[in-house]
Amino acid sequence: MTATPTHPGTGTSRLAAAGLTLGYADTAVVHDLDLRVPDGKVSVIVGANACGKSTLLRGIARLLRPQSGAVLLDGEVIHRQPTKQVARVLGLLPQNPVAPEGVTVVDLVGRGRHPHHGTFRRWTSADDEAVAEALTLTDTLGLADRVVDELSGGQRQRVWIAMALAQGTDLLLLDEPTTYLDVAHQVEMLDLLAELNARRGTTIVMVLHDLNLSARYADHLVALRGGRVVAEGTPREVVTEEVVREVFGLDNRVIDDPVSHTPLVVPVGRHLSATNQENR
Amino acid sequence: MTDMLTPTGTAATADVDALEVVRAARRTPQRRYALVIGGLSVALFGAFAARVLLGDYTITVPDFFRILTGTDIPGATYILMESKLPRAVLALLAGVAFGVAGALFQTTLRNPLASPDIIGVSLGASATAVVAIALWGWQGLPVSGVAVLGAISVALVVRLVAGPHGGHRLILVGIGLAAAMQSVIQYVFTRVDEYDAQLVLRWLTGSVNGVAWPTIRLLALVLAVLLPVTWWLCRSLRATELGDDTAAGLGVSRTRSELLLLLGVVLVAVGVAAAGPIAFVSFLAGPIARALNGGRTTILGSALAGALIVVAADYVADYLIPDTNLPVGVVTGAVGAPFLLWLLVRGRTGRRAA
Repeated sequence: MTATPTHPGTGTSRLAAAGLTLGYADTAVVHDLDLRVPDGKVSVIVGANACGKSTLLRGIARLLRPQSGAVLLDGEVIHRQPTKQVARVLGLLPQNPVAPEGVTVVDLVGRGRHPHHGTFRRWTSADDEAVAEALTLTDTLGLADRVVDELSGGQRQRVWIAMALAQGTDLLLLDEPTTYLDVAHQVEMLDLLAELNARRGTTIVMVLHDLNLSARYADHLVALRGGRVVAEGTPREVVTEEVVREVFGLDNRVIDDPVSHTPLVVPVGRHLSATNQENR
Repeated sequence: MTDMLTPTGTAATADVDALEVVRAARRTPQRRYALVIGGLSVALFGAFAARVLLGDYTITVPDFFRILTGTDIPGATYILMESKLPRAVLALLAGVAFGVAGALFQTTLRNPLASPDIIGVSLGASATAVVAIALWGWQGLPVSGVAVLGAISVALVVRLVAGPHGGHRLILVGIGLAAAMQSVIQYVFTRVDEYDAQLVLRWLTGSVNGVAWPTIRLLALVLAVLLPVTWWLCRSLRATELGDDTAAGLGVSRTRSELLLLLGVVLVAVGVAAAGPIAFVSFLAGPIARALNGGRTTILGSALAGALIVVAADYVADYLIPDTNLPVGVVTGAVGAPFLLWLLVRGRTGRRAA
């Protein structure tokens, strides 16, 4: 089921990985991985803890130099492109970003404009417009002059997304944008990203923990295990009882989500599986 | 911006309102920044004027300008040109160098404790300078050069042992190295024949007293080259402050941060070569400027705060105890130590404080 990259850039995939091996020091975490990120879609990378999903995201965001293979952006090796130029096309929101002390929402979001500035090009009204639009889209305009430190977790995360939006990139990578948020804020965050994708056509790639939310919001799902792609495709293709068992080592049932009609994973667990056996 | 979709409905008016909100929200911190820079400049000017004109020998403003333009006023000319003015100018320049270097370190490493005077970089410069002067008899430019090498060596060792990130490890390794450098300086003093307390204090805590004009001119020249480069590069600090990953995502390469740190090391080293490792100036200037600026980093503010600290502290050091000319580092040390404790007690040693 693994897709192989065929001339990324000419097809419908501006961002792709070819034979990508990533790791820290001499241990590889992601092994010889091929990936094509479909343009204008929401792609979600899922997998158990330590399966290499965050490493993969950091790798395709050019934060890690590959041990072998390459990440291609518009058909060219991403590490060979000027990093500021890449930052005008590809945005990244890392896991748990920390705002500097005393920084206001407008200031933080404005820093997303950094890649558009140069030695002779400083802040212009186009930057004001980009910031205003990012704040409007994330519904944080009312927080504009507040200090980021003082916001609630959900508000803060929306502000960070606004910063990534102000960057004005066609592709946006997010590493677990819903961590530390309660379920209502998780859904709110994912709705926001889905909206962005629908309205601006932004290609979104994110790492998520929650398999059911992933199945609901992803157009394209990538399941990793031990740094290798186990399954890839639409949520319906990927989220099956066998794949979930293989990826997470979890005994489970997959049913139809009554709201979104996407696959819904119901874990069985050791405790209940014993009771079920008796009932049968 | 035409390709970006706007919210449906009252899109046009909403956008105008949003723009106005953004502009208004950007103005408030800008006003405060202007106020901080203006206030610090005025305070620095006042302290500099007091240092040069007042004290136990008062020089009037007309006399000051007459002496500067070449008129010889017996007594006054000597005191101004050989004592007061070089002292004040060196205090100003060293303060700027230390203030900027400290803020560069603290901001790039996102840790207020990671300033060059805490993690041994200043003392590294001092140790090599004192070896060159006391043991090898060097003077002038070579001393600055060797001080820069000493500071870079210490910075590299800290970096190699502690790893690339500005956590507690870096602070601990740095404090260890600072102690080692201090013992090198003390060892040198056991080897020199004429044991001079002023000399010891200069290379251990820093002093702006008794420095000749050529040394000061050299420092001014180096700063005239390095500060514009810093100014040009330090815009990326706004991204660096957001953490390594976010900064990388915004297209700021690690090389750029490393370059800023290197600039900080060189600034500290040339400052130390002229005035010794004036205690805690690098450490204090950044946080003071930041506190005034509502918590936001300002390199220019740190430069002014650093200069103000050294000029004012030197004035105090000169006249605090009658008939005793304390080195300025004793005063900054006395102010800095409680501040360090306060910072530690407040528990803001992690990334959040930076």
